[in-house]
Amino acid sequence: MRILSLALRRLAASLPTLFVILAGLFLLLQLAPGDTVDALVAQMGGGDAAMIEELRRHYGLDLPVAVQLGNYLWRLVSLDLGHSAIYGKPVVDVILERLPATLLLMVSALSFAFAAGMALGVIAARRVNKWPDTAISTLGLVFYATPSFWFGLMGIVVFAVRLAWLPPGGFETIGAGYTGVARVLDIARHLLLPTVTLALIFLAIYLRIMRASMLEVLTLDFVRTARAKGLNETAVVVRHVLRNALLPMVTLIGLQAGAMLGGSVVVESVFALPGLGRLAYDSVVQRDLNTLLGIVFVSALLVIVINFVVDLAYARLDPRIGAGH
Amino acid sequence: MSFTRRDALKTGPAVALGASIPALAQAQAKGEPRRGGTVTVHMQGEQRILNPALRASTGVYVVGGKIMEPLVDLNAKGEPDPVLATSWESSPDGKTITFKLRQGVNWHDGKPFTSADVQFTAMEMWKRHLNYGTALQLYLDGVDTPDAHTAVFRYSRPMPMDLMLRAMSDLGYIAPKHVYEGTNVLENPANTAPIGTGPFKFSKYERGQYVIAVRNENYWRKGFPYLDQIVWRFIPDPAAAVAAIESGQIQISAEGALPLADLDRLKKDPKFEVSSRGNEGNAVMNTIEFNFRRKELADRRVREAIVRALDVEFFCENFLYGFAKPAKGPIPSSSPKFFPKDAPAYPFDKKKAEALLDAAGYKRGADGKRFSIRLVPAPWGEDITLWSTFIQQSLQQVGIGVEIVRYDAAGFLSNVYKDWNFDLATGWHQYRGDPAVSTTVWYRSGSPKGAPWTNQWGWQSDQVDKLIDAAAFETDPAKRRQLYADWVKRVNDEIPLWMAIERLLISVTNKSLQNHHNQPRWISSSWHDLWLSA
Repeated sequence: MRILSLALRRLAASLPTLFVILAGLFLLLQLAPGDTVDALVAQMGGGDAAMIEELRRHYGLDLPVAVQLGNYLWRLVSLDLGHSAIYGKPVVDVILERLPATLLLMVSALSFAFAAGMALGVIAARRVNKWPDTAISTLGLVFYATPSFWFGLMGIVVFAVRLAWLPPGGFETIGAGYTGVARVLDIARHLLLPTVTLALIFLAIYLRIMRASMLEVLTLDFVRTARAKGLNETAVVVRHVLRNALLPMVTLIGLQAGAMLGGSVVVESVFALPGLGRLAYDSVVQRDLNTLLGIVFVSALLVIVINFVVDLAYARLDPRIGAGH
Repeated sequence: MSFTRRDALKTGPAVALGASIPALAQAQAKGEPRRGGTVTVHMQGEQRILNPALRASTGVYVVGGKIMEPLVDLNAKGEPDPVLATSWESSPDGKTITFKLRQGVNWHDGKPFTSADVQFTAMEMWKRHLNYGTALQLYLDGVDTPDAHTAVFRYSRPMPMDLMLRAMSDLGYIAPKHVYEGTNVLENPANTAPIGTGPFKFSKYERGQYVIAVRNENYWRKGFPYLDQIVWRFIPDPAAAVAAIESGQIQISAEGALPLADLDRLKKDPKFEVSSRGNEGNAVMNTIEFNFRRKELADRRVREAIVRALDVEFFCENFLYGFAKPAKGPIPSSSPKFFPKDAPAYPFDKKKAEALLDAAGYKRGADGKRFSIRLVPAPWGEDITLWSTFIQQSLQQVGIGVEIVRYDAAGFLSNVYKDWNFDLATGWHQYRGDPAVSTTVWYRSGSPKGAPWTNQWGWQSDQVDKLIDAAAFETDPAKRRQLYADWVKRVNDEIPLWMAIERLLISVTNKSLQNHHNQPRWISSSWHDLWLSA
């Protein structure tokens, strides 16, 4: 029950933020020169003025901005995200089609970054100032400093073009008609390079945080107590240090969910993945306002949900937080 | 097996063609066509509609042109080739054009193709919605259907037969009446799941990912198509597309969408053919558009000076890897019928340019500058970005300062064509086989504000307008040609805008493909005779 009310309170608090974001974005996009009909005409290579006027009426672009915004918000209240001008179908459908690829990419990249970052961070902390620490920290620095699109392109050149081990892009083999396990493996093969590409920069951050956090917790009194009562080193690290050192890592997941959505725009472009990031980019370029606002809406919900889950995870890791003190 | 275009190519015409397109004759010699296989095609952008009867755009034809068919296409020599129409005839006054239609053709849903489909498509799609079609069919009064396989187009003003036929390959696709009748044609679901008469049947469309079409077993060209399946994949990122073609994931990238440096590299790879053969029907010209509302640019001498200050030859060789050449005005050399042999060139001459500017009264100031202008480049294609920087550098040399202002597609169109917020603009003009289809609108005055790729420069010449109007309704081909020659001469003298570079789209094709690029608008054509070697 407490969880439910916490969830509702969180949601209610984020509604005004959501409203400000959507209205702001709507108005901001009005400042961009050109509208969806201009983009459409550019795409089809020209047309005459009468046809262009008719298209403007067709998309409701001849109405004043205030009326357009009012219409949009009114529809939003009834949870209708409107109609996409590019795709010619409801925005909800368009987004639902693209959501799986992005979610899959995000979840796998986040898990990989988190797990590998944690493992490397622990190793570095345990061997602090020895060669494993130096090697891991240097690697982290390289990952952090290199732009992800470069990693992506290099990955494609080496593993797809030269060695031909992995596909250079796409979400699955098109037209092959795989089902069941074969399809899962096919998708996994396609997602391997993009996942690693998106994850590396986050891995570097997790590694640094984990290392620092471990080093800090290792100096605390209860670790000394644990050692003093004769626990072996593994038990000390796993049961006492790790659990406490994880808190800042979990915080970071919540913060980085948004950044990861942003990063996926680049990765989805480089690997030709049909995800939300690329959809957002296409919507901006084609001035498809409804779709763009829909994506922002869904992304905001996504970030809110992830942060909520993070809060729950806190409670598991540190019972003091869940008790409401 | 019936006599096909491919067979025709093997014999007489192939010899004649061999001279101009040597690789084509070679491609014929690779043995018997093999049935089966999947060809995957790179698509850079995604269109909102796949119905070429509603949207005239190469991006639509590349997919829709395999599924739906026009009345007339082009053959290997660039001449009209019967598809859904078998013969055509014009009345002496040019106001009536009669098409005899092919019999025994069925839509993919099994219904027969008849003249009612032609009538419906012409009146409800070409005349009302199709870009360029609305202008072409402006004086179309109606289409009579005396029987199921005859369609008679009635015009209130003469329609030149050669214009009609050349336009039909792009603007003559037929849609099924029984699918569209009584619906909002722009919203009809068949626009993204097209039903046609073509060699391939629409199968699946995953937005942002791919389109699949499969073999039409009941195609009217018996024994065709050879392929089982065509897959179009949407890959907007050029680097990703290059990787896909190098790893063999895709076999064709046809719209010139790959980076020039990669094209240059792939050219040396024996696995690929990098060439513009088969793209002759799709000449692209780089323009310089002058805003006449700037008093400096309204002066003919200044415009000539700007044209003369640009070393186009140098640019083509060094920046475009030789994939282009200098143009001579509005008609590209790939259109021999209208291309003027004696076109005045404005060869690169910096001294002359400086002299012209001095004569026009714009002497260099104390800082060496005469005046400054804003250049708005279109965002399509790497070549335009390079070209705009080249313009900037070159004009600086003769004392004209240039500030480049970049926008995305929507921003470019609204700034240049709606708000006239530019001094110089540069982009692409696509020449579609006949000056009347999409070229003369760039010069004809009286275009409403906001219509892109029309005369929005503020330039006006009664004489040029008269020539354009007269040629558009002239049914005698020889007179028509003369009118266009006069027109070219006039606009080349006046330089209301300058088409500086002409080039053809460059295709990258995997060598496993056979019978590809065998007609001037091949990427848009039906691909019924395309096959894949083992």
